[in-house]
Amino acid sequence: MADQQAVLEVKHLKKYFPIKEGVFKRTKNHVKAVNDISFDVQEQETFALVGESGCGKSTTGRSILRILEPSEGEVFFKGVNLLDYSKREFRKVRKDLQLIFQDPYSSLNPRMTVKKLLLEPLLTHGIANKKEAEQKVVEIAERVGLSKEQINRHPHEFSGGQRQRISIARALILNPQLVILDEAVSALDVSIQAQILNLLIELQRDLKLTYIFISHDLNVVKHISDRVGVMYLGQMMELSDTEDMYSNPLHPYTQSLLSAIPSHDPTIKKERIILKGDVPDPANPPAGCPFHLRCPKAHERCAVEKPAFFEKEPNHWVACHLYE
Amino acid sequence: MKSFFERLRKDKVGLIGFLGIFIVILIGLLSPFIAPYSPEQMFTEHTMEGPSRQFIFGTDEFGRDIFSRIVYGTQVSLKVGIIAVGIGAGCGLIFGLISGYFQGKVDQVIMRIMDVFFAFPDILLALAIVAVLGPSLTNTMIAIGIVFTPVFTRTVRAAVIAVKENEYITSAVAIGVNPINIILKHITPNILAPFIVQITLALSGAILTEAALSFLGLGIQPPNPSWGVMLDASRTYMEFAPWTILFPAGAIVFTIFCFNLFGDSLRDILDPKMK
Repeated sequence: MADQQAVLEVKHLKKYFPIKEGVFKRTKNHVKAVNDISFDVQEQETFALVGESGCGKSTTGRSILRILEPSEGEVFFKGVNLLDYSKREFRKVRKDLQLIFQDPYSSLNPRMTVKKLLLEPLLTHGIANKKEAEQKVVEIAERVGLSKEQINRHPHEFSGGQRQRISIARALILNPQLVILDEAVSALDVSIQAQILNLLIELQRDLKLTYIFISHDLNVVKHISDRVGVMYLGQMMELSDTEDMYSNPLHPYTQSLLSAIPSHDPTIKKERIILKGDVPDPANPPAGCPFHLRCPKAHERCAVEKPAFFEKEPNHWVACHLYE
Repeated sequence: MKSFFERLRKDKVGLIGFLGIFIVILIGLLSPFIAPYSPEQMFTEHTMEGPSRQFIFGTDEFGRDIFSRIVYGTQVSLKVGIIAVGIGAGCGLIFGLISGYFQGKVDQVIMRIMDVFFAFPDILLALAIVAVLGPSLTNTMIAIGIVFTPVFTRTVRAAVIAVKENEYITSAVAIGVNPINIILKHITPNILAPFIVQITLALSGAILTEAALSFLGLGIQPPNPSWGVMLDASRTYMEFAPWTILFPAGAIVFTIFCFNLFGDSLRDILDPKMK
């Protein structure tokens, strides 16, 4: 994991949300949305974070960008801890780290034209004068497939897919190095998804971008990502190269997730691993392995001792007692 | 803007209110041309005369033409309404934006102060402020402005909190836009609908409060023509000279009614869910 050059190193990241109760708003407990996560992201790769809804993958993305202030941990971007910056200083650093949202209907200000939406990042960071900026806006708009005439329109005049293109343009106009895609294609229908994914892949190649791709869609992840991290209840369960993960999942949770991917071919009979029960309350995670209550292969030790996250095979990390 | 008038045309009640307000504003602007006499001119041989061809709304105890006084009173009412609401809306917008955006302790402090103002009935608070500042046109406007600040603060704050939940605000944060620009460029344009509705509703309230203050002798001072002053002066004669009180009261009712009709329909028109 450390042999390549890491753009981003996340170390022991934690994000706890306080649960406040009573008249005096005293903190009774915490929702442990992200509970001690560590991973590296290599230059120009696509690192995917997958998991069920509520597992903390979006919170992880937002904590890295300090949209939500992390409770604990370190986030090194090119060797500098992002959490050391003051809020004011960090605003300048944001230029290199961008976020693309899931819902293209709420992520664009309805009162601004596309041109204004795209100019804003440039003018905010004082990157170009007005004339150069307008030139750049036209360039990036055309790059993501919007015509020159369209940039004077408002977001509501565009379809979901086009809006997502605007969001992408808005994030990429600053020439960032790391882009976090938070369910960026989940709200789009399948044919548009493919278009946007191909656009993202193209842009990554041309602009030398590094992606963190947050998704629950395992087919999409398989298509786009180089490495995958599987999250459950705020913790990393397994992390490996995409191919390795899909052909040889180690963790019982990953195995059950992968068995749930619908197949395109109805003649292939897959054996599905159906999990029992529900995801536990992240405010009161179970002792030991967070997955042991639902794990088909759980044994006594799993309820008591939390498994370490270790490198079982080269570049294949897992947190499970079965492999120790 | 075009679609606004199109939608207003479909809403007959709102259109009536809009036209009424338009007429009132026109009267205010053109009073010297509409009023047949000066509001202070006394026809000593015509005191307390009922409506006639010479004085269509009759005359008061000093022989002044009531129609002319009502026409000039429109200027005072509109001026007080607009400036007072301007003060209230301006302060309310600033406090509401700060309160709603930053939340936490700042919000607590601002909203608790507003709660104190809310605890007093409008007219009582206005009276108290005028009593401290002294009765005059300027002080009446300031007092009414202060009275209306809490309503605007609450309206704006609630709208800001709702708008803040949108991802485009997070998107602006992620891009590195500073809080001041987020408030000015992303939040303010998106809270204008409830804010504008509140302005039209507050205008009628401000005109009413001015009339009430003037009626109580703490607003506009006689002999300046103000609808409230006229009501106050004619109170003693209303049994045998009802025209002295009916017409100024009618002017107040008409204006308030039009503003309220328009405000209500504006709320429907500007509500994005109604589109």
